Amino acid sequence: MEVIIFVFAALGALAGGLGVVASRLPVRNALSLLLVLGSLAVTYLLLAAQFIAVLQVIVYAGAIVVLFLFVVMLLHRQLGAMSPDRLRWQGPVAIGLSAAFLILMLLTLRFATNAAAPAPAEFGTVESVGRALFTSFALPFEVASVILLVGIIAAVVIGRPASRPVAAPPRSSAPSPVGAPRR
Amino acid sequence: MSVPLEAYLALSALLFVLGTTGVLVRRNALVVFMSIELMLNAVNLTFVAFARQRLAIEGQLAVFFVVVVAAVEVVVGLAILIAIFRTRDTVDIDDVDLLRG
Repeated sequence: MEVIIFVFAALGALAGGLGVVASRLPVRNALSLLLVLGSLAVTYLLLAAQFIAVLQVIVYAGAIVVLFLFVVMLLHRQLGAMSPDRLRWQGPVAIGLSAAFLILMLLTLRFATNAAAPAPAEFGTVESVGRALFTSFALPFEVASVILLVGIIAAVVIGRPASRPVAAPPRSSAPSPVGAPRR
Repeated sequence: MSVPLEAYLALSALLFVLGTTGVLVRRNALVVFMSIELMLNAVNLTFVAFARQRLAIEGQLAVFFVVVVAAVEVVVGLAILIAIFRTRDTVDIDDVDLLRG
């Protein structure tokens, strides 16, 4: 039973991963990412990580993918058209190197480890994760909240539209070079 | 019958390599971001799998922090992407080469 669920989740994750990399439509890329994240949440459940599975669905599928979709919709007009590829050799070389890396990683696997001991019932629940989080990992937890705050501020600062005063002085002489900072 | 640890590791390796391929091959900055998320998730899977194997909750806590940092990374990265799009009118990373010298 567990194996069947794992096989389906793995196939879903791999199909989604292929979709993320290969699809030409950005919306399909984002939705494929959603498939990967959902499948991985299932594998987390198989691995007795209930809290992480819920976290995966809420934060990744609920927030990050929605943010991706939001940006895809925002930039929709331009996303389809790409200039012709100037580095034609890059694609094949990248695929070859990635395949070599994959083979290297798979060669390190030895199907010889003992089966995992059955997990105690409280392993991976919100209670056990939360207890570790608020005792031995209290400092990293606080640092994580600071990182989130920094991220919020950074997003606001970067995403703020360039301020254009109403009585702006007329543009002098040469137009600013493309890509020059506007602030 | 339970799934062996190595099956999870193999799945994780496959997903990670898909992510690296996406970063190296695709030129749409949004897709590159999604591939990075793919790699982060592959590593998360190994964390959870080893945590299960060793019955150590610390692996799941590592995943927690990875998710937090990934959320921040996506927010800041997409903000930068929109800022680039506003000034350069493109999300093609081959066209954004101001630092090339």
